[in-house]
Amino acid sequence: MAGKTTTRADLADAVHREMGISRNESAGFVERILEEISGALENGETVKISSFGTFSVRDKKLRMGRNPKTGEEVPITPRRVVAFRASHVLKDNINAALVRDSATAAE
Amino acid sequence: MIKSELVQKLADENPNLFHRDIERIVSIVFQEIENALARGERVELRGFGAFSVKRRPARIGRNPRSGEPVHIAEKYAPFFKAGKELRDRLNRRAPAAS
Repeated sequence: MAGKTTTRADLADAVHREMGISRNESAGFVERILEEISGALENGETVKISSFGTFSVRDKKLRMGRNPKTGEEVPITPRRVVAFRASHVLKDNINAALVRDSATAAE
Repeated sequence: MIKSELVQKLADENPNLFHRDIERIVSIVFQEIENALARGERVELRGFGAFSVKRRPARIGRNPRSGEPVHIAEKYAPFFKAGKELRDRLNRRAPAAS
């Protein structure tokens, strides 16, 4: 599997290439999109991006954990975590591409 | 919040651009994340989170009703892990007393 990592700069570059707007403005849009999603999640809202997936916030209750090194019991405080559920379209597209790749690699 | 509300918000901030252009910009960003995952790449957006793809190898499953073994093909599952900044933002306010 490719070892490359895609970053904000790559996303901004795609916007710049396809829309013909400046790199700077493109980067601004990427930032605003991520910020809007973060802000909504922070307010406890679910964020649904059709044909991509859904980000939601889950409430975790207080539970007891254990320090694996010392075996000591420590409380894990109640917290909110982000959950992402990929849409079927996203799962199907990823599988179509990667299963095909691994089939050709196996030949 | 749904995608169209996100688009509307950005459109309101950018009266110089057409609504449909904002729509395209938002689509390009998610499409680009999808393209990277479809190449087996990791997408790392500092502060927000990281998308990756996990491989689930082919295995022999069992039809729970008949007990009959069935072949389950290899598959890939997209995965998201929230970044530190986002995790912290969600927990900045004191959680409701439980």
